[in-house]
Amino acid sequence: MEVVAKGHARPAAKPPLWQRLDFKWIIIGICVVGVAYLALMPLGFLLWQSFYTPQTASQAAEFTLANYTEAYSSVETIRLLGNSIYFAVGTAAFSFVVGTGLAWMNERTNTPFKSLFFALSIIPLIIPGILFTVSWILLASPKIGIFNLLLQNWFGTDYVFFNVYSMWGMIWVEGLHYSPMAFLIMTAAFRSMDPSLEESALMSGASVGQIAWRITLKLTWPAIFATILILFVRAVESFEVPALLGLPVGIQVFTSSIYQAIHQYPSKVGLASSYAVTLLLITTVGVYLQSRLSSRGNKYSTVTGKGYRPRAMDLGKWRYFTASIFIVYFGLIVVLPFLVLVWSSLQKFYSVPSMEAVHNLTFDAYKFMIEYPTLLDSVWNSLLLALGSATIIMLATSVICWIVVKTKMPGRWLLDNMASLPMVFPGLVLGLSIMVFYLNFDIGIYGTMWIMFIAYVTRFLPYGLRYNTTSMLQIHKELEESASMSGASWGTAFWRIILPLLKPGLMAGWIYIVIVSIRELSTSILLYSPGTEVISIMIWELWENGQYVELSALGVMFIIALFVLVMIAQMLGKRFGVKEA
Amino acid sequence: MLSVQNLCTEYPNEHGEVVKAAQDITFEVPEGKLFTLLGPSGCGKTTTLRSIAGLERPKSGLISVGGAAVYSSSGNVFVAPNKRNFGMVFQSYAIWPHMNVFQNAAFPLEVGAKRYSKKEIQDKVMRVLTAVGLDQYADREATKMSGGQQQRLALARALVMEPKLLLLDEPLSNLDAKLRERMRFELKRMQRELGLTTIYVTHDQSEALALSHEIAVMNSGRIAQVGSPRDIYERPRNKFVADFVGLTNFIDATVEGPDEGDNHYRVTSGIGSLKVTSYDKFDKGDAALISVRPEDIQVHENERPQGDNVLEGTVSFKVFLGEYMDFQIKVGNREVLARVHPSLKAPVGAKVYLRLNPEKCICIADDAQLKKAA
Repeated sequence: MEVVAKGHARPAAKPPLWQRLDFKWIIIGICVVGVAYLALMPLGFLLWQSFYTPQTASQAAEFTLANYTEAYSSVETIRLLGNSIYFAVGTAAFSFVVGTGLAWMNERTNTPFKSLFFALSIIPLIIPGILFTVSWILLASPKIGIFNLLLQNWFGTDYVFFNVYSMWGMIWVEGLHYSPMAFLIMTAAFRSMDPSLEESALMSGASVGQIAWRITLKLTWPAIFATILILFVRAVESFEVPALLGLPVGIQVFTSSIYQAIHQYPSKVGLASSYAVTLLLITTVGVYLQSRLSSRGNKYSTVTGKGYRPRAMDLGKWRYFTASIFIVYFGLIVVLPFLVLVWSSLQKFYSVPSMEAVHNLTFDAYKFMIEYPTLLDSVWNSLLLALGSATIIMLATSVICWIVVKTKMPGRWLLDNMASLPMVFPGLVLGLSIMVFYLNFDIGIYGTMWIMFIAYVTRFLPYGLRYNTTSMLQIHKELEESASMSGASWGTAFWRIILPLLKPGLMAGWIYIVIVSIRELSTSILLYSPGTEVISIMIWELWENGQYVELSALGVMFIIALFVLVMIAQMLGKRFGVKEA
Repeated sequence: MLSVQNLCTEYPNEHGEVVKAAQDITFEVPEGKLFTLLGPSGCGKTTTLRSIAGLERPKSGLISVGGAAVYSSSGNVFVAPNKRNFGMVFQSYAIWPHMNVFQNAAFPLEVGAKRYSKKEIQDKVMRVLTAVGLDQYADREATKMSGGQQQRLALARALVMEPKLLLLDEPLSNLDAKLRERMRFELKRMQRELGLTTIYVTHDQSEALALSHEIAVMNSGRIAQVGSPRDIYERPRNKFVADFVGLTNFIDATVEGPDEGDNHYRVTSGIGSLKVTSYDKFDKGDAALISVRPEDIQVHENERPQGDNVLEGTVSFKVFLGEYMDFQIKVGNREVLARVHPSLKAPVGAKVYLRLNPEKCICIADDAQLKKAA
């Protein structure tokens, strides 16, 4: 009977829903929803917060325009806007001029020591902004700056030669810090230019000046403008320099004002949000124009398949001049900042270099730092956050990237844009929005490592996407299709074909994100609480406490650690190379 | 074995417009035969192949293999490509660069629905590598292989899973000319020995003619003609097929009426009155196009030959091509291309006689007439 009954039983028409749900769609679903949540949530809540009064236990949030009226009715805001633009434009212009000059020297002239230029590509990775700023304070502050003291000694005056606590000081430090980035972008632009375009102008009888003006400049102008824009955006969203150099003398920009609005009692979250929205508008316009320019730049695309490099211009005796420019630059950007940190770290109390001080060298500061109670915790936190977010980001963006590059799924451009959206968020603004969101939606992660983890993943998502996209574009569609024809499911094909082939980009992106996460300050500064400090936060706290000597010791160890990390990355990545994205 | 009926596949291009890549494609492939989809780039041959593979999802139609539908718009059936058990060789070969030769060939056995033991995999892979002559390279990195070896490996990978159907997407197009010809023979031998039902996509007409049991010539998303290689070459049914496959002379003509013998007509043309063969029906006064291949034109230097379709012309110029010579001959007010044995020494400007075999003068309905009928 039983057998008969079984025979009559209808073959299960459809398995339950959870079985029919393909593994592929589960993974894709998680990645898409995750990215959408991470990218859109902070933006939405930032906007919401800027229109509402702060929610307190006794009073619910109410709609208000007061934040904007307060922000925009005061003369203070006009000055803020003026300062921000002044600072960002100055920084962009300065770093662009320096970076382009160096790029030209490196690419088109026979300046000696050219091989040292490679170092420029890793400096921004190994010297975090906060340490660079601190070292320039030690070098050029009016009271303790070594430059000032030396010059005053020589000339026997008390005239202040350099004052880093000024708008020009800020532009100087920030511009120097971003100049390697300008150098890298402009080097790429020079390299992608077909030298025969210049040579044919030369054969037409044009002079060097005419070629530079009418051919080289005209061809590279999209790259030039895009570079200036990106430098502008980076400068306007930078936090360390305005906070350390601007705030003490009352030069405020948007980022430092947001920080102040949060760190006063009672904290003005609404006001900070309305500043943040303004800042976000500026960066959005900048990033949008920049991406428009880059895609329009394809029209000017001058890349050819020909592998020959342009003739290097013979500078004659002038090449010693350009070499000395380079050596001075190298000193200003690496040697002096690092040496001053080393010097300061070997003191008991900070003092200017002198014969007398040399006798008092001590490793006390290092001992102090190593025994510092929260050092191990913050190193552990930094590592955990960096490794965790890099891994999650690279895996999630590999799926996102696959959807965007390899499928014809409708709405995939939207996904691409969503994952790139955090690019327009200044770190501080992102920190603020995430703080606001999880204060309002209390799911118990505020004040834990999780909120910082979410912030890091959101912030660096676009970098992961970019690294993966470059790699993904190089994987021929048929490599995956042939796996499918061989009988492999989507998951198998992704795991055994796509991911291994993606490895160069995956590894490079992973290492890059690890490095930038470890240095991260501007997002963490609004999200950390006791117990979840990271290394950069520790440096910040030491600065606030005035423990310069200890800070220097930590900074020196930090830079050496980053240097080792970058070197390992470079060795691992001979084939793919880690570079500033 | 394979049956494709009323297949339509379309996809959006970069501008979001719908491209009707394959329209109303219908053909049958019997068990063990090699069927070729031949056409210029953009004709829809690859789309058709990819639809059979399951890599493109068709819009409508029916694809069945051995009686079981793998795609049916009416039955709402779509079998995923990895469940179809078809072997495929891609144009780029798609050899996975991160695996060695053995791993590449073993992959289908490792990931398929059927589980194999290590020993079975080893045996099967080595057998198929031996069959394509790569057994001594099993441990070599796949990227260290030459183009021809990669092509064999791709074939081995497609064969190792003992597929129901073998799909080949321009497998020879990336090889240099010499190797291409050798692989052509090898491919043919292997297909005939294994008796594997094969769909072959190519834009190279000589490849199609050399390999196929049957050819479908495609043009702008539709099948222009299906037939044996000889059919396609000797009896093209429309201007496109005559033009695309081989070299031909087109002569505009007007039908006078039937001539003696089956399927024969008498036409008047720019080069004179001709007796021609046709597989379509024509009425007196219909516009027609006569296609005659250069090698079907006999050229006589001195005496006028006997028989039908003998014309008089003058040599305009000639090209020596080694195994044969091309003569451009002016007949009436037109130039005619004739391909002749190099022993013909007629100088430029000389008077020659041309004889066009009526069986080889194919009368094709002119496009204008087709439009009128439609």
